Amino acid sequence: MKVVVCIKQVLQLGDEVEFQGDGLDVDPDYLDPALNEWDSFATEEALLLRERLGGEVVLVTCGPKQSESALRRCLAMGADRAIRIEGAGRDPFSVARALAGVVREESADLVLCGVQSSDAVQAATGTALAELLDLPRAAVVTRLDYDADGRKAVVQRELEGGLVDRVELDTPAVLTIQTGINQPRYANLRAIKQAEQVEIDVRTAADGGMPAYRVRRMFVPDRGEGAEMIDGSPAEIAGRIAAIVKERLA
Amino acid sequence: MSVLVVAEHLRGQVRDVTRELITAGRDLGPVTVAVIGQDPGALVDAVNVKGVEEIVTVAIPAGEFENDAYQAAVEELIASRRPRVTLLGFTVNSMGYGPAVAVKLGLGFASDVHGVVLEGDAVIATRSFYGSKVSAELEFPEAESVMLLLRPTVWSPAEGEGSARMTSFEVTAAPSRARHLELVEATASADVDITQADFLLSVGRGIGDKENVEMFRELAEKMGATLSVSRPLVDAGWMPASRQVGQSGKTVKPAVYLAFGISGAVQHLAGMKTAGTIIAVNTDPEAAIFNVAHYGAKADLFDVAEELEKLF
Repeated sequence: MKVVVCIKQVLQLGDEVEFQGDGLDVDPDYLDPALNEWDSFATEEALLLRERLGGEVVLVTCGPKQSESALRRCLAMGADRAIRIEGAGRDPFSVARALAGVVREESADLVLCGVQSSDAVQAATGTALAELLDLPRAAVVTRLDYDADGRKAVVQRELEGGLVDRVELDTPAVLTIQTGINQPRYANLRAIKQAEQVEIDVRTAADGGMPAYRVRRMFVPDRGEGAEMIDGSPAEIAGRIAAIVKERLA
Repeated sequence: MSVLVVAEHLRGQVRDVTRELITAGRDLGPVTVAVIGQDPGALVDAVNVKGVEEIVTVAIPAGEFENDAYQAAVEELIASRRPRVTLLGFTVNSMGYGPAVAVKLGLGFASDVHGVVLEGDAVIATRSFYGSKVSAELEFPEAESVMLLLRPTVWSPAEGEGSARMTSFEVTAAPSRARHLELVEATASADVDITQADFLLSVGRGIGDKENVEMFRELAEKMGATLSVSRPLVDAGWMPASRQVGQSGKTVKPAVYLAFGISGAVQHLAGMKTAGTIIAVNTDPEAAIFNVAHYGAKADLFDVAEELEKLF
């Protein structure tokens, strides 16, 4: 079987922030790249399927050269090959259109995406991709039982408030994978070294069409009053917390 | 400027987020609420609140949410009513069809939106990026129609008796490719009900290792608190889901919520921000939890925990 996993290199903002000249995004110097947490679970789920059924796990990402390090992390986990698409916009619809062009050619049995990316939290790309590929889909999957012979899957979707929705889907399908569905494996040093040598297939995005939105302005939000900060040594902080707790529960 | 709100319901109950969407929508223009379901007529009273002009019922075969059926219904409604803005909750169900409708119909789209205003005829949505550390205003200059998925618990639920016009709308139902089987309570075998606790000591990713859970469990016991956790600890299998606070876990409202090593993801904050007194200890002074906490301390969790243990 063939599983395509769509991954993203996310950008993490530290304690300080400066905006780039046009004010539309954070200055890249203040952002640290990392593999999106959800995508390591999606990759692991694909690897588990390959271990059971054989076949191939193909990674796809949209992003600049720098994002190849996220692909290599997933290659080190055990994925077979990787494709990077250059030149797509960063909103979820531009990304979904760029992914669709490449994923369609792969004719996968399953396409897995993370539920969302930690830096943007839009939870939109996977579902938009499913629509562009005209495939069945399920969002926020915490369990996957794939029946290769019946060409269907039974999944559990995690609703709000600890409720689970069991859904049966026809496959091929697109699933967005929630954290906790499995325990992603760690890559060993040898695998990490080997992944450095893998040639990544680089493509260029076709014309992206209308973006989901355009950023007009980015800014640091007014924090309001915020918390009253307790300063001092650990003993002093603990003393103040104890006093507050005892007073409130009295 | 017409507004379409899509009601969300589960097990025959309209969910709170629907009336929050109505509050947000009626500031933008006349609101039509779509109720899509097997027996939508049974749900209209719950959305007939002040500010709703029309309630349109759409009957579908599925007993609970199915994304294909909702997609077909909302697409046909948008094509026929041509709302300027369509509002959905930023919920798990909406994630399954909202972006599909928007990309197919060429709508402007934004999710996890926590602010909406009109500037003339232009819709401007505000949402967060980069771990809620920055916000962005989004615009949709090319789009005739915009779909926004609004963050739950930001707007207060619309109240007051309404006098909406009742209509119904027929959709052509294609067979669902993703079929609802059953709803299951994930946390049925709970060892403790954290929603009943007066005092929660809650720990997050910041505690580092599984071994440290026990230390905080002992601290909680000493302080007379119930131990709860944020999502990463449940994902890692360190604690059962019944102890999880947040949108996908439990919504709690204890008198005191004492958080150690919880940075404050939006989904976590949604589950605890109405607690009586929130105290947060974190090593990151920019952690989002300090925005909702009443008291905060930037300090090493273990040092503070150790000192705290001596005081109870």
